[in-house]
Amino acid sequence: MAAAVRFFIRGANSRLSVGTGTSGSLGAALLKLSPSCSSRSKTQRRHAAHFTYQPDPVPTQYGETQKMNLFQSVTSALDNTLSSDPTAVIFGEDVAFGGVFRCTVGLRDKYGKDRVFNTPLCEQGIVGFGIGAAVAGATAIAEIQFADYIYPAFDQIVNEAAKYRYRSGNLFDCGNLTIRAPWGCVGHGSLYHSQSPEAFFAHCPGIKVSPHKVKDNIKCSFTDGDPPHHSRAVMQVPSQIINNPLQKSQDLTKYKINTIIITMKARLKRWICDLLSVFFQSVVKTGRLLVSHEAPVTGGFAAEISSTVQEECFLNLEAPISRVCGYDTPFPHIFEPFYIPDKWKCFEAIKRMINY
Amino acid sequence: MLTNISSLLRAYAQKSGAAAAVSMRSYSDFTPQATFEIKKCDLHKLDEAPATEVVMTREEGLKYYHIMQTIRRMELKADQLYKQKIIRGFCHLYDGQEACAVGIEAAINMSDHLITAYRAHGYTYTRGGTVKKIMAELTGRRGGIAKGKGGSMHMYCKNFYGGNGIVGAQVPLGAGVALACKYQGNNELCVCLYGDGAANQGQIFETYNMASLWKLPVIFICENNRYGMGTSVERAAASTDYYKRGEFIPGLRVDGMDVLCVREATRFAAEHCRSGKGPILMELQTYRYHGHSMSDPGISYRTRDEIQEVRSKSDPISLLKDRLLSNNMASVEELKVIDVEVRKEIEDAAQFATTDPEPPLDELCNHMFSNNPPVEVRGTNPWAKLKSVS
Repeated sequence: MAAAVRFFIRGANSRLSVGTGTSGSLGAALLKLSPSCSSRSKTQRRHAAHFTYQPDPVPTQYGETQKMNLFQSVTSALDNTLSSDPTAVIFGEDVAFGGVFRCTVGLRDKYGKDRVFNTPLCEQGIVGFGIGAAVAGATAIAEIQFADYIYPAFDQIVNEAAKYRYRSGNLFDCGNLTIRAPWGCVGHGSLYHSQSPEAFFAHCPGIKVSPHKVKDNIKCSFTDGDPPHHSRAVMQVPSQIINNPLQKSQDLTKYKINTIIITMKARLKRWICDLLSVFFQSVVKTGRLLVSHEAPVTGGFAAEISSTVQEECFLNLEAPISRVCGYDTPFPHIFEPFYIPDKWKCFEAIKRMINY
Repeated sequence: MLTNISSLLRAYAQKSGAAAAVSMRSYSDFTPQATFEIKKCDLHKLDEAPATEVVMTREEGLKYYHIMQTIRRMELKADQLYKQKIIRGFCHLYDGQEACAVGIEAAINMSDHLITAYRAHGYTYTRGGTVKKIMAELTGRRGGIAKGKGGSMHMYCKNFYGGNGIVGAQVPLGAGVALACKYQGNNELCVCLYGDGAANQGQIFETYNMASLWKLPVIFICENNRYGMGTSVERAAASTDYYKRGEFIPGLRVDGMDVLCVREATRFAAEHCRSGKGPILMELQTYRYHGHSMSDPGISYRTRDEIQEVRSKSDPISLLKDRLLSNNMASVEELKVIDVEVRKEIEDAAQFATTDPEPPLDELCNHMFSNNPPVEVRGTNPWAKLKSVS
C-alpha cells in the first residue's frame, strides 16, 4: 500500500503542483498517518514502487511522430484536415486568434479567413449553421467554447444532426460535421466552465461522442504565458492523419475512464480504437473494473459502461464494478477539490474492490 | 480657508459659465443644485425623448460619486486580489462602466427588479449588497453574499437576480420577472441587462417578441462596451445599432459614460413601462478598462491608446467630479474625504474577505432541492450518501 501511495504521488506530481493546497496537504496528511509510509524513511528498502512506469514505445506503423500535448495534437489534427480536405472549415467563438484553449493557433494565417472564422455569440446558430454546411457537403468543424455552453445547441444536435441520415433514408447526412467542445473542470471553472455533458449526448443515437475532443484537468491561463499543458497528455502523436475509423456507433469512452491500474493497457493512446473490447479483455484478465469521470454519478456514462461490462463479463467479475464520479450536485465553486474524483477516492475504491 | 476656496471655485464657475446656478443660500457655500445639459439620445420608434436639461442636487452628486468610487475601488481591489490568487475562478470587472449601474439605480426604486449577466459586482452593490459581502463571495468564504457557493458570477440580493454565467440566458428570465410584476399588479418593473455579445443570441429575440406581445414592464438594456470578449461589435453584428434590434420595441441610444444621461434615460424608460406601454430597449454606450475577464489582458484586440483616450476623455467618475467642482457643488477636500472613506471601506472588506473561513464541507450538497426533512444525495459512488438540506 505504501508503494502504491508513493506511486500515485510520484506519477501524478503535476497534479499535486497544479492542484490546490488542499489535495496536497491531504496527501501529506495521509503519508504522515501511516508510519511505514514515509517516503524518506531509511527503513524502506525499496525507493521506488514496484510498478515501474514504462512509457509506451513510439508507434512506428503510422510514420513519423512528434511529442505534443492534447491541445497541440488537436491543432495538428485540424491542420492536417484543412490541408487534405479543401472543403473543411473551422468556425466558432474566438477561433481566429487561436481559441481560448489554443487549439486553432496559426490556422487562420495558414489557411485564410474564409476557412477559419469567428462566429457571433450564438451556439444554437453555430451548430445549426454547421449542420447545414455539412449537409451541403463541406467538412464543418464547429467549436463550442466550453461544453457548458452547448445547451442552447442541444436541440440542433439531438433533433437535427443526430437524425438527419435516418430520417432522410441516407439521402442526406451531416456526417461531415464535427463539434468540438472542451469539457471538464479547469481548477477554477465553477458552475459554468466545468461541466461534463457527455452522458446527455451519449444517450442520443446517431451521434458519436469521442474523447479526442476533450480537455482534461488543466489549468489554462492566458496571463501566465504558458501554453496549457498536462503532463499525462504528452505523448508521441503521429504527425500525419491516420485513418482509423471511429468504430461502432456505440459511444466511446473518455480519457479518464481506465481499468484498474494493475493493467495499464486501456490508456489514453487507445482512444482511437474500440475501447469497450479492450475493457472486456482487461476485465477478463483482472476481474475488477473501476470507472471514473467528473460528471455526476447518477445517470453518468460510468453507469452505461458498468452495465455493459456486467452483462458481458459477469462471471469474470470478482468484485462489483466501482464507479468513482462526481457528486450529484452542480459543479461547485469553492468545493472543487472535494468534488472531483481524484486519485485518493479512486484508491479508496480500489482498496475496497481488492478486499472484497 | 473654505470660504476662500469656495469663492475661487465660484469665480471659476462664473468664468466658464458651464451651467446656470440656481442660488439658494444654505449653511455651506456650496451650490445645492444645478442644471446640466446632457447629450441627446438617439430614438427608435419613439416620439418623445428623455430630457436634455437635468437637475442634479449636491446630495445626489455626492452620493453618485461615492457609489461610483466604491465600485471602481472594489473592482481594482478584486483585480489585485485575483493577481495574488486569493480570488480564483473567473472574475469580470466592471470599472469604466460604473455610470451605468449608478444611473440605472438612481432612476428606479429598490422594489423594482434587476437582472444582469456576469459583470455583476457593480449591480450587486447598487442593489443593496455590501462591499464586505461581495468581496467575501469573490474569495469564496462563508460571509459571502451567496454563502461562498456562487463566486464572482453568481451574486444575488433582494430584487436582484444575479449574476448569470450563460450569455443571454438572463434575458428570458428578466421577462418572466416582469410578467410576475404585471400579474401581481404592483407597478414594479424589471430591468434586464445584457451585453453587445449577447445581443446576437437567439433567446433575446424570442424574449423581445414575448415581452412586446404581452406588454410586459421590462426595460431591456444592452451595455455596449464595444467588445464581446475579444470580438469588436463590427465583427460580430450585422447591425451595430443595438437599440434598433428590438425592431417593434421602441429604443433609445444613450451615452453610458455620463451618469446623468443614464439616469434620465432610465427615468424615461421606467415611466414608459409603468404606464403600461410595454417593453422598451436602451443601448448604453460604455467602455470597460479591463479585459473581458482577469485572464484577458485586454490589449490584444484594442490598443492601449484607445483605452487611455477613453480614460482621459470620458471617464464617468472624472466627468461627475468635474461637474461637481466646476459648479461649486463640492470641494476637492470633500471629494478627497470620500475617497479616503471608500478606500478604508474596501480595505476592511478585503481584510474580511481574506480572513473569513471557507464554507463548511456539508454546504457542498445543501440547497439543491426544497426539502424537509433533508434528502440524501449520492456521493462519489452510489452508496456514499451525503445529506442535503435546504
